[in-house]
Amino acid sequence: MTVQDIVGRCEALFEDLHFNAVKQWKAAAPERKAIGYMPIYVPREIVHAAGMLPVGIFGGGDQMEVIQGDAYYQSYICRIPRSTLELGLTGRLDCLDGMLFPSICDVIRNLSGMWQILFKDKYVKYFDVPQNYDDSIGGEFYIREMQVMREDLGKLRGKPISDDELRASIAVYNENRRALRDLYAYRAEKPWQAPTSEVYLVLRAGCVLPPEEHTKLVREYIAAADTEKRALRDNARVVLTGAFCEQPPLSLIKSIEMAGCYIVDDDFMLVMRWLLDDVPATGDPLDELSKAFLHRSASTSSKYDEKKSDKGQYLLKQVKSNAGEGVIFAAPSFCDPALLERPMLQEVLAKYKVPYTAFKYAENTGQMAPIREQAGTFADSIKLWSAA
Amino acid sequence: MTTTPAMQPQVSPKAKPAAQKEDAMLLQKELINNNYHELANSRQLGKKVSATFVPGNLNELLMCFDFARSLPETNALQSGMRKKSGKFIMDAERDGHSEDVCTYVKTDLGMMLQGQVGPTGEPLPTPDVLLLSYTGCFTFMKWFELVRQKYDCETVMLHVPYQGDGHISPSMRDYVVKQLKEKVIPTLEKVSGVKFDIDRLRQYMRESAKAEEDLVWTLQSAKHKPSPIDGYFGAVYYIGPIFTAFRGTPEATQYYRVLRSEIEQRIREGKGPVTPEGEMGEEKYRLVVEGPPNWTSFRDFWKMFYDEGAVVVASTYAKVGGVYDFGFRHDPDHPLESLAEYCLGCYTNLNFPQRIDMICKYMDEYQADGLLINSIKSCNSFSAGQLLILREVEKRTGKPAAFIESDLVDPRYFSAANIKNRLESYFQMIKQKRAAAAQSAAPASLH
Repeated sequence: MTVQDIVGRCEALFEDLHFNAVKQWKAAAPERKAIGYMPIYVPREIVHAAGMLPVGIFGGGDQMEVIQGDAYYQSYICRIPRSTLELGLTGRLDCLDGMLFPSICDVIRNLSGMWQILFKDKYVKYFDVPQNYDDSIGGEFYIREMQVMREDLGKLRGKPISDDELRASIAVYNENRRALRDLYAYRAEKPWQAPTSEVYLVLRAGCVLPPEEHTKLVREYIAAADTEKRALRDNARVVLTGAFCEQPPLSLIKSIEMAGCYIVDDDFMLVMRWLLDDVPATGDPLDELSKAFLHRSASTSSKYDEKKSDKGQYLLKQVKSNAGEGVIFAAPSFCDPALLERPMLQEVLAKYKVPYTAFKYAENTGQMAPIREQAGTFADSIKLWSAA
Repeated sequence: MTTTPAMQPQVSPKAKPAAQKEDAMLLQKELINNNYHELANSRQLGKKVSATFVPGNLNELLMCFDFARSLPETNALQSGMRKKSGKFIMDAERDGHSEDVCTYVKTDLGMMLQGQVGPTGEPLPTPDVLLLSYTGCFTFMKWFELVRQKYDCETVMLHVPYQGDGHISPSMRDYVVKQLKEKVIPTLEKVSGVKFDIDRLRQYMRESAKAEEDLVWTLQSAKHKPSPIDGYFGAVYYIGPIFTAFRGTPEATQYYRVLRSEIEQRIREGKGPVTPEGEMGEEKYRLVVEGPPNWTSFRDFWKMFYDEGAVVVASTYAKVGGVYDFGFRHDPDHPLESLAEYCLGCYTNLNFPQRIDMICKYMDEYQADGLLINSIKSCNSFSAGQLLILREVEKRTGKPAAFIESDLVDPRYFSAANIKNRLESYFQMIKQKRAAAAQSAAPASLH
């Protein structure tokens, strides 16, 4: 398959707000179930171990008109809960048998209760994660939270989820994470060969495909991208941060690239790269998932930094390990986690003399000229500083 | 999140008649002023200073370590009432904080930029410890991370899980207790140099439970007709001591005794609430209110209700620092478990079905005419999804609900004319509903 074929397929999956890929997967066997999850992180291994398809729900994007969803929210609430409700109220999520609402912010937290009221026939779970990272405190709590979800999903399928099933799913997701790490490493090395507008779509396909199929697709993309002859440009290498929940429109990513930036790292759909290395697939599965979460997971603003000195270190590492030259703070309007975090991260970047720029977007932002201008100016300034 | 009470009578730049006050209000003012004075002099007094939030406020525990106790939400609202918050917010925004985020946070940060002078004009000390009771509000976490970023002070997280499934599980309680034992108490011991004494904690909790009894009695007195209190505007005075630095003190117990006896007297005399404009006349409308008040125009806001004869008989805001009216009391026999249950049970830690059930119960038990939602821009914890609350409550009770928008302490988001118009329309709607109900209830021969 060519890059164009692969990216074309991913784009079709991305644009399909009726989730036909999920419907097709379910149609293959009558007992199959699908469980939706919202940003920022859920242990998809448990859903997979139940034989169910985890489906990432990242809002409605810029192609869907939100009518009913708007009736539930004031003007000062971000867009993702509106478009997610719109997806639900218009029947587009009927293919899902349940929804998981992870602990990310108060808006998504409250949406979990709204879902309980509006979709009474579905399994709905607010999934709390610990803000204490001791194995004997936060770890114990987290294992019990996962155990509740495991039991719930076991009931939903009519059979408990075994440890072996969990171990097998951990192995499947380890493969998937390895492929994604390779993809990100490849992009950081040759961003002209794997532009983020493509990488994003490849990543996004993992929201609706089974992980085994997604892993294969990621590998195929890397191989195909490497055979392309694409021109290396004198672009600025930037890390994009703040886009971990409501997603920017694809045109925004393209605009940043067209303006002269190579995105060499980002925090899109963190769920897929949340755990930073392999989870041992041999021990107690929930214990291993817990340890990975507590000690070897990504840092983001919805997670507490235990010490002041921890603040911004993950972002700095993203910059340094990917030879980044600057940071773009791209946050959704009214996003509490991203916007409250931003000044602290900027202070750290300033201390380490990493240039940055910041703007806000909504998933349906249509006007890209100001973004292109800002990103272009930022790229130019980086290049001028580098030359000096 | 939004909280908190502990307020003093409003000082308006325009010459308004002096606000009328109950004795309990004066007592509360004294308590609050004394606390600010203690904070201002904490260094001279050799006291360490703690800061924490109102929901999940572990006041009894902090007292065990002799901390002077600061509550940044209260400081922010006090600044709002004194018309100082607008400048603080803009200063914080100029310093790089987004216009989209909580104005309590920006008021606090703006106050720091201006030299950390508290609302009473006395300096507020830099806290020695930030007790991050992460209860019912995501913003709390970022707020104290921001304060820590500036002052580099010791910070201890108490993560309180959300009641997503509508109940407190043993796992949630155990998690909180374990954090108290293994994280919070050791940190407080280290910072204060005072050894933890559980019997001292028990004693404070005994006092808490006494005050809680009288608080609940006070808030439930609004079931009388006419209501002797206002359960929203008036209640912010009543919840002041117990939600802030005084729960567990004999002074708080005394305050609630005085308050209760005042209200008992008002019931005997058949009087309505005392408002800053004077005693409420005829009680024309009984409302339940969801959401915090606006502080920058607090008196003007209350006056809109006073002018229409509208009394708030129950509010969810009066439960933000603890839900006591369904039986919870601090329990000295199980001190840490009880502190955990208190934190887990705060209003904004309840899920949506629980919140809706609670409001419907209030509508019924307090014989309210309707529900008013004051939706606060700053506070997603309260506000996100309130339009569904409105629909559900209307559907379940058959009573009209209305929706207004304002902010906690950002004067740019209080539009008096808009709010007044909406309230007037709402009261007309209630009147029409009543007339229609009376008509349909009248004997057939009259039709």
